[in-house]
Amino acid sequence: MSHLETVPLWLAIPVGLLLVLGSGLTLLGTIGLVQLKSFYDRLHAPTLGTGWGMAAIVLASILLFSWLEGRPSLHEAVIAVFVMITTPVTMMMLGRAALHRDRKENAPELPEIARRTLGEDTP
Amino acid sequence: MSRFFPHPLLSLALTAMWLLLTRFSLGNLLLGAAIALIAGWAMGALHPRRVRLRRWDLLAKLLCIVTWDILKSNATVAWAILTNGRGGKRRSGFVCIPLELRSINGLALLAIILTATPGTAWLEHDQDSGLLLLHVFDLRDGDDWSGLIRNRYEAPLLEIFG
Repeated sequence: MSHLETVPLWLAIPVGLLLVLGSGLTLLGTIGLVQLKSFYDRLHAPTLGTGWGMAAIVLASILLFSWLEGRPSLHEAVIAVFVMITTPVTMMMLGRAALHRDRKENAPELPEIARRTLGEDTP
Repeated sequence: MSRFFPHPLLSLALTAMWLLLTRFSLGNLLLGAAIALIAGWAMGALHPRRVRLRRWDLLAKLLCIVTWDILKSNATVAWAILTNGRGGKRRSGFVCIPLELRSINGLALLAIILTATPGTAWLEHDQDSGLLLLHVFDLRDGDDWSGLIRNRYEAPLLEIFG
């Protein structure tokens, strides 16, 4: 980590841009999580961080550490794969839990299309 | 062959992961391959449905499309959050889409695609009727989400997983 000063400018610029992009998107996602009003809207905000927010940070890490270690450093890609394939699990659980609650309570903000259980009474 | 490698894709992916997580050497290649082989047998004992990919070229093409779409929708959703919902004009809503796709692996991939794309959230899917309930962050009038998802993602997935 102390060799950071050896990183040339042509590499430091894309790495910096990717880091700013990734952390910026993640920050925006968390702002959305606070700011948005409905539960279903809030489901979307964190995916900014798990999508390109994560991808940009991983890319920056691959670029920088490949240079610093003098060999392709690709194990960060494993993080990206696992984040990608595990996010839908939590998303679906949260979404379906909210849907279940809203249906049980007959929540007025739930539109007709989402009100009935799928397949029971096909529209 | 298929008795020794009941799940060639899984074993291959595990070997690749082992090599990524360690330094590449012949010893690690052999060790990783052995572990992947055993994992393949263990998976075979569970008798999951065999994954068969028919069109590798389409999978690569889909990957490119999805990467671009995720980038684009990231920008759209980020902009919507920054501008406080395009000045309060943003309306979210639910969309119900009838899917033809029945392969569980294809559906899993579709779920990953839709979840990784900010702006669409997979809420519920009914296996019998194939109906998918989707929540769309920015539902504009005239947008054909049903057609978009069926043509852009489902059609290639149907060909890949058959």
